[in-house]
Amino acid sequence: MLNFFLLILIYTGIYALMALGQNVITGYGGMLSLTQAGFFAIGSYATAILATRYGWSFWATVPAAALFSALFGLLIGLPTLRLKGDYLAIATLGFGEIVRNVLNNWDSLTNGPMGIQKIPMITIFGFVVNPYKKYAFLVVLFITVFIAYLLFQRLARSRMGRALTAVREDEIAAQSMGINITKYKVYAFILGASVAGVAGSFQAAFTLSVSPGTYTFMVSVMVLCMVVLGGMGNFKASILGAFIIQLISYLPQLTGLTAIIPPQFKQILFGLILVIMMIWRPQGLLGRERITYAKGGAR
Amino acid sequence: MGVAEFFQHLMNGLTLGGIYALIALGYTMVYGILKFINFAHGDVLMAGAFIGLFVFDWLRGSAALGVWTIIAFFLAMLVSMGLSALLGMFIERVAYKPLRQATRLAPLLSAIGVSFILSNGAAWAFGTRSRKFNYPFDNTPITIAQVVITPHQILILAVSLVMMISLRLFVNRTRMGKAMRATSLDQPTAMLMGINVNKVISMTFAIGSALAAVGGILIALDFKVYASMGTMTGLKAFVAAVVGGIGNISGAMFGGILLGILETFGVAIFGIPTGLKDTIAFGVLILILLIRPEGLFGKVEKEKV
Repeated sequence: MLNFFLLILIYTGIYALMALGQNVITGYGGMLSLTQAGFFAIGSYATAILATRYGWSFWATVPAAALFSALFGLLIGLPTLRLKGDYLAIATLGFGEIVRNVLNNWDSLTNGPMGIQKIPMITIFGFVVNPYKKYAFLVVLFITVFIAYLLFQRLARSRMGRALTAVREDEIAAQSMGINITKYKVYAFILGASVAGVAGSFQAAFTLSVSPGTYTFMVSVMVLCMVVLGGMGNFKASILGAFIIQLISYLPQLTGLTAIIPPQFKQILFGLILVIMMIWRPQGLLGRERITYAKGGAR
Repeated sequence: MGVAEFFQHLMNGLTLGGIYALIALGYTMVYGILKFINFAHGDVLMAGAFIGLFVFDWLRGSAALGVWTIIAFFLAMLVSMGLSALLGMFIERVAYKPLRQATRLAPLLSAIGVSFILSNGAAWAFGTRSRKFNYPFDNTPITIAQVVITPHQILILAVSLVMMISLRLFVNRTRMGKAMRATSLDQPTAMLMGINVNKVISMTFAIGSALAAVGGILIALDFKVYASMGTMTGLKAFVAAVVGGIGNISGAMFGGILLGILETFGVAIFGIPTGLKDTIAFGVLILILLIRPEGLFGKVEKEKV
């Protein structure tokens, strides 16, 4: 039972990183991206390949994973973000499928459907963070989540955060105020992608193996659900959403009702959450965070 | 490549494209009127294929292939069209209508939710294994001037042609079609002219879903019926709609056929590995968005303040 709870917390942490990224893209930028799973996969495979084949330490692979994801984010964001938001949704949906397709077929690099095993554990100054023992891993993970949270929180109050909010509320008005819409959208998209890449690194270091089957569309929908459930445009809410969604997805195991509850139960519930939240509480459980600029005077 | 081989691939591409076109019509019609992508469209297709399969198997019983199986097939198709139309209208009523005044993001998110409910609901109700949709006729290929054509391909061509022509007639000649065109052009003005916009929107969903059901059944004959069958097919059909210019009915027909041909030729001629076949549609989407984002037949719409 405790073990399960720790597992839920670890996945909360990993998914919270992705949800923070999704919140920048969807909550702040107002863009619907459906491919956190794709960037998650790229991050995982970057860590897996660099660590097993080239002997990189985990901490060296993390920036690499973030960079790779960001690069792909740029690649897909540039053509689609100049257009209306809806195209992004489909393009990213396709992208996620393509990533999985390539991982499955590029045997020489990714080892195909078998995936990559024996990924080395995280070490900090010689101390091995054994994922089976969970506690140490949990601490390392949540320190990362906290740092990411602080960074994003700062970002929201920066010029970029305000520019994104303006773009989301009214593109034309934002543009006439001199905001380069495409630039900020692409920035947001790249940021969201890179943090999902980091989440991927942690996923690889936690399970110690990666295979394409992990990175399905369902992951992207789960992340989206976390942001919508918590409240779009609110980073704390994204983390809360991550916890609730993970709790729901392990509910059958937690309650010991795996025999009664069908495996599709959670997916159907996620779908219902999206529809119901949109109709009755579009602002999410916590609602959008109001940012005040009281300290530091007028800007 | 010989002439015969060329026509062979063209034939294969045309039939695949015909199906894409049927499905693309649903996306494009809804987009034309509500300006949003109905993510659940692919899953309505899946539902249509399941309904068609069940009705066909029930009607057929253990009858041998013959006239009755063909009649049963078309009856099953009709029932599936009807029920899918109802499903489409129901989805619109429950999940999209309350969100008409909401932000742009809201109906999209709701649609993703509906899509997830449908595909996983089907997996729960009918299991995850794929079921075979038996051909209602003897599917032995016929060779016409060195080009091999299966009766199934002829069926696809015939059915999609009939559907597209009747849709064109409906949209261009009937009162309801006129109301649809008016609503898609300018919804508030259409409402002021006494058009029942709610009815038009319901009708749009009904027609789009019925066409998707036909597409689903036609594709199921070759690729079986399973709960997640709508995802990739839906995505490709959407690409087809974008290629033709989303919101444009003729564009969707043309885009579907073009995409089908590109896919077949991409694998056959340019040697794209079959495993990466699905990537073609995606590449086409990115390309068209870069070069001509309004699609081949789309109008450039200037945004006004």
